[in-house]
Amino acid sequence: MDVVRTILGFLLILVVVVGVLGVLALAVGTRAGRKKLLQLVVVLLVVTFFSFSLIHLTPGDPARTQKPFATEEQLRPIRDEIGLNDPFLVQYKDWLVNFVQGDFGRDYSTNLPVKDAIGKQLGVSLQLIFYAQFLALLIAIPLGVVAAYRAGTWFDKVANAGAFGAIAVPPFVFAFVFIFYLAVQAGWFPTQQYVAFGTDPAEHFKHMFLPALSLAIGQIAIYMRLLRSDMIQTLQEDFITMAKAKGLTNSRILWRHALRPSSFTLLTAAALNFGALIGGAVVIEFVFQLPGMGLGLIQAVSTRQYSAVQAYVALIAVAFVLFNAFVDGLYSVLDPRIRHARAAA
Amino acid sequence: MIRWRRHERADTTAERFPTETLEGPLLEVRDVKTHFRTSRGVVHAVDDVSFSLDRGRTLGVVGESGSGKTVLSRSVMGLLPKKHVIREGSIKFEGREIGNAGTDEMRHIWGSQMAMIFQDPMTSLNPVMKVGKQITESLLYHLDISRTYAAELAEALLTSVGIPEPKRRLNEYPHQLSGGLRQRVMIAIALACGPKLLFADEPTTALDVTVQAQILDLLQEQQRERFMAMILVTHDLGVVAGRTDEIAVMYAGKIVEKAPTSVLFRNMKMPYTEALVHSIPKLADKSHTRLNVIPGRPPQLVNPPVGCRFAPRCPHAQEKCVHEEPPLRESDVPGHLFACWFPVGTPEGNEALARNRAAGVPAAVGRDGAATASMGSSAAELG
Amino acid sequence: MPEQPPESGGTALADEVERTGLVADAVTVEIAGVTAGVEPARKRRLGIGAWLAIVWLVGLILAAIVAPILPIAGPNETFTSIQRAQAPFSTINETGGGTTTPFAEGHLLGGDRNGHDLLSRAVYGARNSLIVGFGAIGFGIIAGGLLGLVAGFYRGKIDTVIVGFLDIMLAIPALVLALSLTAVLRGRVGDLWILVIALGIISVPILGRITRANTLVWSEREFVTAARAQGAKNWRIMTREVLPNVLPAMFSIALLGVAVVIAAEAALRLLGIGLSITDPSWGGIINDGRDFLTQGITAHVVFVGSAFIFLTILSLNYLADVVRARFDVREAAI
Repeated sequence: MDVVRTILGFLLILVVVVGVLGVLALAVGTRAGRKKLLQLVVVLLVVTFFSFSLIHLTPGDPARTQKPFATEEQLRPIRDEIGLNDPFLVQYKDWLVNFVQGDFGRDYSTNLPVKDAIGKQLGVSLQLIFYAQFLALLIAIPLGVVAAYRAGTWFDKVANAGAFGAIAVPPFVFAFVFIFYLAVQAGWFPTQQYVAFGTDPAEHFKHMFLPALSLAIGQIAIYMRLLRSDMIQTLQEDFITMAKAKGLTNSRILWRHALRPSSFTLLTAAALNFGALIGGAVVIEFVFQLPGMGLGLIQAVSTRQYSAVQAYVALIAVAFVLFNAFVDGLYSVLDPRIRHARAAA
Repeated sequence: MIRWRRHERADTTAERFPTETLEGPLLEVRDVKTHFRTSRGVVHAVDDVSFSLDRGRTLGVVGESGSGKTVLSRSVMGLLPKKHVIREGSIKFEGREIGNAGTDEMRHIWGSQMAMIFQDPMTSLNPVMKVGKQITESLLYHLDISRTYAAELAEALLTSVGIPEPKRRLNEYPHQLSGGLRQRVMIAIALACGPKLLFADEPTTALDVTVQAQILDLLQEQQRERFMAMILVTHDLGVVAGRTDEIAVMYAGKIVEKAPTSVLFRNMKMPYTEALVHSIPKLADKSHTRLNVIPGRPPQLVNPPVGCRFAPRCPHAQEKCVHEEPPLRESDVPGHLFACWFPVGTPEGNEALARNRAAGVPAAVGRDGAATASMGSSAAELG
Repeated sequence: MPEQPPESGGTALADEVERTGLVADAVTVEIAGVTAGVEPARKRRLGIGAWLAIVWLVGLILAAIVAPILPIAGPNETFTSIQRAQAPFSTINETGGGTTTPFAEGHLLGGDRNGHDLLSRAVYGARNSLIVGFGAIGFGIIAGGLLGLVAGFYRGKIDTVIVGFLDIMLAIPALVLALSLTAVLRGRVGDLWILVIALGIISVPILGRITRANTLVWSEREFVTAARAQGAKNWRIMTREVLPNVLPAMFSIALLGVAVVIAAEAALRLLGIGLSITDPSWGGIINDGRDFLTQGITAHVVFVGSAFIFLTILSLNYLADVVRARFDVREAAI
């Protein structure tokens, strides 16, 4: 099973790298693309710089706060490792070079390299976010379609009101509701902890379902409303009447004709929503005690392991920035106006 | 052998072309009303419209925007939503009453027996679906044929509507085609299953003038080949002039004149029809000739006026017109119906016009185009 | 080949019915193929929902302000009568050492595991949450609003720089940034300040972008050009002409922002990253009640905390919607 994990992990990295580079390559062709690339580099530098400076911004001596009961003797090698004896910018350069190579510093409470912990945590977090997004779209799309089709009926009104309420509830509240009723009282799901897919797929999904659902509900509400409003507009277009005049059934018209043109906003929202998902995932991991990056970050902050915090913040931020750049590039490629122009050429 | 899918009742030729109905008119519309319930009140979009249409014949429905012509075509075809719409009257297709048929029943008719072409091909074609798919979808749905055969049929259809390189076009999207081609595609989709009746709702309005004639010619040709009845809805008299057998002129939701085409143009009775004809600019006119316009606007249809609806803008209007609505009656030429108290070309009509001119009544527009008034004042004057 | 554009936006039918009888309700009769039609718009004065929301919020604010003189227990006083279990991690059920019903006399909402009166903790927690909410958003509006206003008004290089700056702030996911800032400020300033500053900083880029978008739209209007032609100085135009038009849009966004900040504050307190545990807060209440919930003893404590959060956010969201509809604010593309 570990082999499967490794292969999947490898594929994921491959897809990400190829995706980002490919899209960037396409984008670089244009002047706007080159400008964006420059901005990207600047943003990455600033973000990593900020992450790096955390160790100095936080109160106290960087080495001592991480290992409070050590003697000065014991702290010296730590200071060396962190590079505290060098000038600030040199520290940054060294840290950055290490970071890019995958050396994320050390957690001084356990004395283990942060890289080890992150390696295991990254998968968990990605799984959580992916499952949540998938679940959200899976449920929101049919709901949105039916609500649009039955706009104005009780179904629509209930769905809309429900969605409005759901948006007002933070994900962790849902988490507790689910834990209490579905896990504690009904016993269908475990209340916390994590089981890897490789170890036991069934248990894996049982453990991940409630966390993913808690994250997803807020998203479902938003996506459903977006899709519904878009579809209501689309359904008033002439080509829908035309489809009806061809004698096609309502369900065919809804799903084959109306859905595709209406999903643009939805997909944009889903793509742009990852920032909220990341934040939500941090809290959900805490509630369910899932050993992901979020929990890692929280623990690092709690135990004042600021070298680790540097790494977590930098890693999450860099991944986020790259992902947004990728989506941005993808849109410039898929934008119908550009496709139009290309088709006309 | 092409069999009809999902139309269990029409499996045999005998059922599809019942002999009794081969004699009667294809479409019979009697006293159809279509009203919309809105927050402002009930809109009388179509009131008491009746006509009938035989196979292979063309009816032109002419009127300004707001005359109800589009609502009429959609109403007859049954495409209006159920909510907030009141539909009354009888609509018989091949002798069978469809006025109160549900959507499920109508679905058997749409596409296979009755079809519609819409005004703007850009918005009427699905922008994210390939052209070929939009045609074959209809074919595969109504006919029991294979996908390959459907594709062949689609290609043949495109050729028959005059689209060059049909194979290539099948794989293109609507935005890749010019306006004229898109309209041809729409015609192809409409004709795909060989309907008996075609509604053409302003088929050329969104097109270039040079392309308009081509499209109209194409429609006529297809109609002849297929022995198809056609209802041509337009605001442009020029479109219907040489291409229809009969013309119905609509105003404010009612048919105000109906006649065989040549009769209408030769011997029009309604002042409205006359005004329409005279508003067409002629090639022979000198440059800078003033365009003849009909002053004012069509009336609000929420509470339609009691009398003749055209009265406020009519050069022949008299007191009677404002208080009593003229009934639709037949003139001495059979088949020519009109609704007017003081028709054009009659002694009463000419008298009325002269009286109005003398009194300086604003709506009295003459052939010299001396039109001035606004709707507001004349409406107020005539109550 | 040039083509005639279709008539106004909608279908031909809509145009037709529009002219014949309706303007605002053309949608009602527009052919929708499969939908059954849209309800015609009804204008009303503030609906019951809005009033409920206002009542809740005003009540909450008032209670928070006069908390010390309210006839409720202090937030840190302990009462064994409502203490839910003697030992924090005991699995004894409710009857083992405390009242079984949440609504014991004198303690409307019952108590948490330490015997604190929940109603009192909720009210004092409201204090904290509201201060953080309005404080952070206030900071965000002033700082972000200023940046956005300047960026949208002057455009050019200033705009590029400010937008770049805001974008960088947006590059780090909000909660992660909040955690980092909490770590930085911890111990240096009081808890309340930590939250206000951290969440305030986070709200700056979002509010800045929205302000900028609105400013861009309004700056192009002719009355701005007119003012300029009369010799008004830039600053004056910004404050006198543009700002008053941008503010209504911001009001709605501000309400939403407060809701988001309250949720974020609750989340941060739930995570327990060194923020004081004795200070009452809604997130803290939930954190306190967590063990009871996961052990199946009772969900009551968590429920109380969650209910306050939910009702407050719901009210704010609802009012934000009402305000937006009222002022007919166009959603400027961000």
